[in-house]
Amino acid sequence: MELVTCSHLQKAYGKETALKDVNLQIGRGKIIGLLGPNGSGKTTLIKILNGLLQPTKGDVKVNGKIPGVDSKAIISYLPDKMYFADWMKVSDLLDFFEDFYKDFDRQKAESMCKSLGVSIKDKMKKLSKGNKEKVQLTLVMCRKAQLYLLDEPIAGVDPAARDFILDTILNNYNEEGTVLISTHLIADIEKIMDEVILIKSGEILKHVSADDLREQSGKSIDAMFREMFHADNYIGGDFTC
Amino acid sequence: MKWNINEDRPIWIQLKEQLVKQIVSGKYHCGDKLPSVRELAADAGVNPNTMQRALAALNQEGLIITNRTSGRCVTDAEDKIEHCRQEIAQKIIRKYVAEMIELGYSRQEASALIKKGEEESWN
Repeated sequence: MELVTCSHLQKAYGKETALKDVNLQIGRGKIIGLLGPNGSGKTTLIKILNGLLQPTKGDVKVNGKIPGVDSKAIISYLPDKMYFADWMKVSDLLDFFEDFYKDFDRQKAESMCKSLGVSIKDKMKKLSKGNKEKVQLTLVMCRKAQLYLLDEPIAGVDPAARDFILDTILNNYNEEGTVLISTHLIADIEKIMDEVILIKSGEILKHVSADDLREQSGKSIDAMFREMFHADNYIGGDFTC
Repeated sequence: MKWNINEDRPIWIQLKEQLVKQIVSGKYHCGDKLPSVRELAADAGVNPNTMQRALAALNQEGLIITNRTSGRCVTDAEDKIEHCRQEIAQKIIRKYVAEMIELGYSRQEASALIKKGEEESWN
């Protein structure tokens, strides 16, 4: 059984269509890049997969079930925004995760925080932006989940922090689990993804092996992406009103 | 040896080439056990599936042998490794000669220049 199947999935926000007829099958044990420009539907798709949004039409199954209470136990989700309260200490977060998720490895999380130089007594408020993101990712990756949904995990951190984050993903994901990383910073995840899903205006353009795509095009995925989603530069011109 | 990966070409092919180099250069000797896929992948900073694909290709070529119980080792057929080493050397030579011809040297001059260049870099 495939880990994720979407058939004829649609999502509309009022008149705006965010996803149009998405058909997708995602297997196990992979690191997949969900790539698309801003506003292409990446976050909407991720939120539907983890049950935060309901599809307008079509079906989604994760591990054979419609996303809901059961799927929360097997999905580890990193949102694109911070969702922890400022007053919380790192240890409070560890307590929550330990309480919520059976598959959370507290010891591992504590030792990773230590290697980051973050004390578990620190308040989230006190941490730098980069460290907040690292702590958040640590929590998510210290679960032995089936599906990791990482929404923009590397946006807004410095290159050293980015390396830490990518290493953390690579070294900690459960081998039978799949990691879906949404990003538009493709060059950074180029080496770690084995499949790519290209999404544009709510439609899946391609879902292929990263190396096959490189072989066909003779280019990096990043270069391909730039070509596909090329926007013409605005170079002035005549205003004829 | 550090991994050197360029994103323009399929990564598994590059991993395969570099693993071959590590074997023929003696980083891993005949019959040596190789690190696990995961360790190798982490070292190269790549996806384990991609590393797996490179190892499977080497397995097919007979340079490494997969043992169900003890993991992967380098083949103990020394001649096979030596053959591979010579093949790589040939490729480098052909590339060198082609570039020298492009610069307007003859084959003889190109080969003499290697010797000269060698001596100069020793002094």
